[in-house]
Amino acid sequence: MEVSTTNNANGASTKSKPHHSRFTQQELPAWKPILTPGWVITSFLAIAFLFIPIGLISLFASERVVEIVYRYDQECIPEMYCDNVTGYIQSSHTNKTCIKNVTVPKKMIAPIFVYYQLDNFYQNHRRYVKSRSDKQLRSASGEFSTKGCEPEAKLGGAPIVPCGLIAWSLFNDTYSLSIEGKVIDINKKGIAWKSDTNVKFGSNVYPKNFQAGDLIGGGKLNESLPLNEQEDLIVWMRTAALPTFRKLYGKINSNLEAQDVIKVVLENNYNTYSFGGQKKLVISTTSWIGGKNDFLGIAYLTVGGICLFMALNFILLYVFKPRPLGDPSYLSWNRNSSRQ
Amino acid sequence: MAHGRIRAKIKRSSLYTFGCIRPPRESTDEPHLFRGPGFSRHVCCNQPQLHQKKPLKYSKNYISTTKYNVITFLPKALFEQFRRVANVYFLLAAFLSLTPVSPFSAYSMIAPLAFVIGISMCKEAVENWHRFMQDMKVNMRKVRVHNGEGDFLPKPWMNICVGDVVKVEKDQFFPADLLLLSSSYEDGICYVETMNLDGETNLKVKRALETTLTLDDDSIFKDFRATIKCEDPNPNLYTFVGNLEYERQVFPVDPSQILLRDSKLRNTGHVYGVVIFSGHDSKVMQNATKSPSKRSTIEKQMDKIIYVLFTLLVLISLISSTGFAIKTKTQMPSWWYLQAPDADGLYDPNRAAASGFYHLVTALILYGYLIPISLYVSIELVKVLQALFINQDIHMYDEETGTPAQARTSNLNEELGMVDTILSDKTGTLTCNQMDFLKCSIAGIPYGMRSSEVELAAASQMAMDLEGHGGDFSGRPGGHNGSEIELDTVVTPRESSQTAIKGFSFEDNRLMNGNWSRENNPDVLLLFFRILALCHTAIPEYNEETDTYSYEAESPDEGAFLVAAREFGFEFCKRTQSSIFVRERHFSSQEFVEREFKLLNLLDFTSKRKRMSVIVQDETGQIYLLCKGADSIIFDRLSKNGRVFEEATTKHLNDYGEAGLRTLALAYKKLEPSEYVAWNDEFIKAKTSIGGDRDIMLERVSDMMEKDLILVGATAVEDKLQPGVPQCIDKLAQAGLKLWVLTGDKMETAINIGFACSLLRQGMKQICISTNVDMLNQDTKKAQKESIVMQITNASQMIKLEKDPHAAFALIIDGKTLTYALEEDLKHQFLNLAVDCASVICCRVSPKQKALVTRLVKEGTGKTTLAIGDGANDVGMIQEADIGVGISGVEGMQAVMASDFSIAQFRFLERLLVVHGHWCYKRIAQMICYFFYKNIAFGLTLFYFEAFTGFSGQSVYDDWYMLLFNVVLTSLPVIALGVFEQDVSSDICLQFPALYQQGPRNLFFDWYRIFGWMGNGLYCSLIVFFLNIIIFYDQAFRIGGQTADMTVVGTAMFTCVIYAVNCQIALTMSHFTWIQHFLIGFSILAWYVFLVLYGMMSPELSGNAYQIFVEALAPAPIFWLSILLVTVACNLPYLAHISFQRSFNPMDHHVIQEIKYYKKDVEDRHMWTRERSKARQETKIGFSARVDAKIRHLRQMLQKKSSVLSPRVALAATR
Repeated sequence: MEVSTTNNANGASTKSKPHHSRFTQQELPAWKPILTPGWVITSFLAIAFLFIPIGLISLFASERVVEIVYRYDQECIPEMYCDNVTGYIQSSHTNKTCIKNVTVPKKMIAPIFVYYQLDNFYQNHRRYVKSRSDKQLRSASGEFSTKGCEPEAKLGGAPIVPCGLIAWSLFNDTYSLSIEGKVIDINKKGIAWKSDTNVKFGSNVYPKNFQAGDLIGGGKLNESLPLNEQEDLIVWMRTAALPTFRKLYGKINSNLEAQDVIKVVLENNYNTYSFGGQKKLVISTTSWIGGKNDFLGIAYLTVGGICLFMALNFILLYVFKPRPLGDPSYLSWNRNSSRQ
Repeated sequence: MAHGRIRAKIKRSSLYTFGCIRPPRESTDEPHLFRGPGFSRHVCCNQPQLHQKKPLKYSKNYISTTKYNVITFLPKALFEQFRRVANVYFLLAAFLSLTPVSPFSAYSMIAPLAFVIGISMCKEAVENWHRFMQDMKVNMRKVRVHNGEGDFLPKPWMNICVGDVVKVEKDQFFPADLLLLSSSYEDGICYVETMNLDGETNLKVKRALETTLTLDDDSIFKDFRATIKCEDPNPNLYTFVGNLEYERQVFPVDPSQILLRDSKLRNTGHVYGVVIFSGHDSKVMQNATKSPSKRSTIEKQMDKIIYVLFTLLVLISLISSTGFAIKTKTQMPSWWYLQAPDADGLYDPNRAAASGFYHLVTALILYGYLIPISLYVSIELVKVLQALFINQDIHMYDEETGTPAQARTSNLNEELGMVDTILSDKTGTLTCNQMDFLKCSIAGIPYGMRSSEVELAAASQMAMDLEGHGGDFSGRPGGHNGSEIELDTVVTPRESSQTAIKGFSFEDNRLMNGNWSRENNPDVLLLFFRILALCHTAIPEYNEETDTYSYEAESPDEGAFLVAAREFGFEFCKRTQSSIFVRERHFSSQEFVEREFKLLNLLDFTSKRKRMSVIVQDETGQIYLLCKGADSIIFDRLSKNGRVFEEATTKHLNDYGEAGLRTLALAYKKLEPSEYVAWNDEFIKAKTSIGGDRDIMLERVSDMMEKDLILVGATAVEDKLQPGVPQCIDKLAQAGLKLWVLTGDKMETAINIGFACSLLRQGMKQICISTNVDMLNQDTKKAQKESIVMQITNASQMIKLEKDPHAAFALIIDGKTLTYALEEDLKHQFLNLAVDCASVICCRVSPKQKALVTRLVKEGTGKTTLAIGDGANDVGMIQEADIGVGISGVEGMQAVMASDFSIAQFRFLERLLVVHGHWCYKRIAQMICYFFYKNIAFGLTLFYFEAFTGFSGQSVYDDWYMLLFNVVLTSLPVIALGVFEQDVSSDICLQFPALYQQGPRNLFFDWYRIFGWMGNGLYCSLIVFFLNIIIFYDQAFRIGGQTADMTVVGTAMFTCVIYAVNCQIALTMSHFTWIQHFLIGFSILAWYVFLVLYGMMSPELSGNAYQIFVEALAPAPIFWLSILLVTVACNLPYLAHISFQRSFNPMDHHVIQEIKYYKKDVEDRHMWTRERSKARQETKIGFSARVDAKIRHLRQMLQKKSSVLSPRVALAATR
């Protein structure tokens, strides 16, 4: 294909001659799809026909989930403390036990998950998120790396383990459930991620100097248990993305029948009152999409619907105002001249 | 001599030209008195060692056009980088990231910046290296330099010092500015070609001082000592003031002794000279302005977008810091878990304003993702790759000279797609400065069978039209006459067996091989040939190998005439001081008769006289005046009985003009000896007179002689254009580009070229604006200006009143007039007129004026200009224009060195603009739009999230994600878009020149489109953020009951962003090679690979992202569902937009893509050809416009003919 360059008078020319290949000449074979009406309609319809079933299936899955949400932060304040809620919750002498009943609306099949839900709690605040030391949590040798944990880093020169604001503000309400006097076991094992208990939190790291300062934040830890067994802490340390969040409290491995009345004994210790946060107890089953989540299905249905609408629109427009593809009369020079 | 050539050593100065009869200079001129400071340069000739140290140390002859050297590279290149406001911002952000204010870790801010700056600097370094190599090529050229012992040894240019004596040989360039001492001619003259300096092609004579003439041998220089005192280095090419002190005498030196660097020695064996100015002191280098750093329109517009984004950035930062301050003041005290205030005062409810301020800084860093840090580096990378493709384009490779096209600065690629006006040099760019003798008219009979290029094209177009519109024509009576006329006028050249002779394309057996003697008027023919052979100033050169003479002529036309005369059998073979010898071969005999003609007088050609005459005496003693000149001038000077052939010749001259040929009329007159003697006395009186009116007197005397002439005939010479020039101009015109020709040449030459390359044509109204030379009173400046204003106003008026849609105007203006027209108060009027004209030709313009005109067009119209040229005289223009293109492959490199792109031939300009320019423009435009889209889509999610964190400046994404986003995960497909995207293939770009207009009209980078993309980004960010948040915020996201923490939400969201933007780019592209497929796939895959690898790293590095994908996300169906949902939802509006746009309001390239897609071009060839011919701008210049005009003209003739014929046809029908 290439004429040899021997006939060139200039010897240098062969050297500077561009190399001829389809790549350098920008002639690589290429797929040049164009959006023909066929393609447009097909793709819109395809999306619609994919999304609408997915939406329906998701909605169905979400419907199957049974969820009990019970807000207790207001109800668990004794009337006498109504005017001084913060005083009540901060005092160590007041009785914080609170007994309430919730009804199971539908049959719940194990495993059933118990969550606590906090509201208006900025676990995602930058100061808060940073206030931890992964190094310290992982092994005993990292005890002294408390960088970023201020002001909960050290106590009189000795490091606090686990340090930082997150651990310090550990959630410490407790729930115990019973139905007709029969205690429902809440299994607190296995609520954290495996990788957290196995790797991230050390088995040789024990709490030290924790909640020993002047200011008491949240819950205390059992100093004889290594951190990787303190799953409440591990769950808490996974900071939530939004100020409203749920965290796993425990699992129930027995079924709950519809109309069962659960007696909940709460220890209402955690202070959300000073910033007006709500506290909720959530008991829920899951399906393959997780908890109750109608939005996913609705969103899928909406997008599918829009696509269907688009496809129909396009078909109609195409029927009433068709443009033959590759019709040269649509070229700008033809259009301009026709207008003149 | 070296090449086996024999040259008569004659004193050309004793030819009786005007130039050499000047009275001896010494008698009048005193040595220059140096006034004022400055004129202080001392040059000790032949003692270069004195110039090694102060105070006489002058700059060396080493030249450097590089931007940086080894030491200055780092600071200067860094400075260049941080001139970009975005980079300063990122630098500041990087510094601030070291403080606790930063929302990210320091490495995630510094690493991308270092990467980006590093790549840009590498590019600078490579480009600088190329410049350096080019400089070295010049610096290493060799010249013979005196070594102090009477020997001249070759030395590289860079080692030459002031004071060195150099010996420059024929056809070499002068290495520095030299004082001419002596030459191989006894009288110390030499010929210099200054094409590189001012673009003039005629040779200039330089003359050594009488006193140094004796220095004409190598050995003499051993003891040569002299001192030169002269002016300081300055850029003025045409002045020089200085004295030479030699042998205790002082001689004044003027510009005619100065040989300038980069001009070339011609027709002279060698010269000796002393270096006066070297290196950057030399006049040509002083003329070189610093090459300005040019930025493309798109890049300038991009800056504005960056400002828009900065505004947005500041705005949302202000919002978030205000929000933060309020939250801190009012709510933070109650957030006991934060233990505010902290030690640093970043979260201090008591001093909320201060905390708010700190947070403003944080926010400014956090939202930095709105400003695409990698945009600049990606664009630069893309442009370098685009430039590589330009360099590699085999269609822009010139086989003859072996030069490929070269993008010397890559940052203007997309500007190539937006050019509106091309300003072109003439000689060397449009023409190759070679004339071909094509036709002649002698005694009223036309000779010469070959057709000019214009005629050929008109004929082929006609033939095509006849075929194409067969129906139109056959219906009409006399339709067949069309082809008859065509045959009449056009004879296609036969494949001649004889080898082509340079400068001679004439073909007609009636005149060749001595056949002319059998024609009707052999004596007129004889005279014609003699005029050709005698009336010139050329010097013959004998070539032993071929046994022929070649000619060194001042202008290429003369060369062509002499070659023609030689071929006709009148070989000019020798020139002495007083005679011209012609070897004549009559009546097809092989015998040569050498005849001597005594040259009595030579009346030189000047642009004012437009004619040249010789007075010769033949062997019989008969005295002739032989004259050649512009037809209008000659016709005015004919005697009554000399007008026999006038009518026929005029007709032929018109024909030739129409055919794009350059014409001259030839005439003679016989002189009686007494008559001659009387005139000659007066002539001698005039030429020896001293004083200012000498020239006027001479002119008057010549005028007296050159009248009552007898017309012999006319010649038609084709100014050889560079191959493909008319076609290229035509295509460019069809693509909607305007072409201005700026030339240093004479007006006539320029007009002729205008005809040859179809910028002008018969029937076009030429508007010549010139200064009136007859105004002799000294207070002319005002009057001149007034007359120019008048001319411009009249012309504008005329254009306004013109009704005919086919009418076209051409503006021709000369340099002198241009000085007035470019003045502040006139220039806009001038520009308006010029813009209204189809073609503009500026002649006799100085390099500076070229630059000024370019600036006027650039600033006056606000459109993109491209300047193309080949010589040093074009440098100013090349640098001034938005894009400068240099013609490479010719000897001088200045234009190329100053240019942004270099091509070997003018015709490659078409491909450079229409293919590469078009592609690059669209690529870069789409790429930038996409960049803004992607960064807005990503950056705004940060903002939304921050609003949910109490405006604390927390980001939902891991630092590493953010770092990789711009650098790895989204950069490669967009680079592929920028490098490989093609809306249509290159041959379609060329076939549909109208597509080019998408660039100058800026359809792909207007604010509508930019804001559209930004809006798309905004939409995308909303979708990504809110869908993910709502899906993940509180419920369990897995069957195992786990809820999503910040890392899970962030990772899911980020995955959605990656998918959305990568799908978006796939939708944007229309051309997928395996590279695009691979890179888009790679980007998405790379994200997963990274996620898995990152999750495997120690949790101390990965934090909460430890095992995130494998353990938490991958097993959750909702994660995959949300990706699908978000990706589709993000791209849905764009998909709808493009499909509706294509279906109901398609752009040109859409339709063409479809035609190609359905292979309609193969099925319906007729349609395809029709559209191709329609897809050109309505042009008034160019080849096709001219052909159209010619066809219109022929049709009119046809109609006339048929109206004459039709009664007869009717008559025949009745019989």
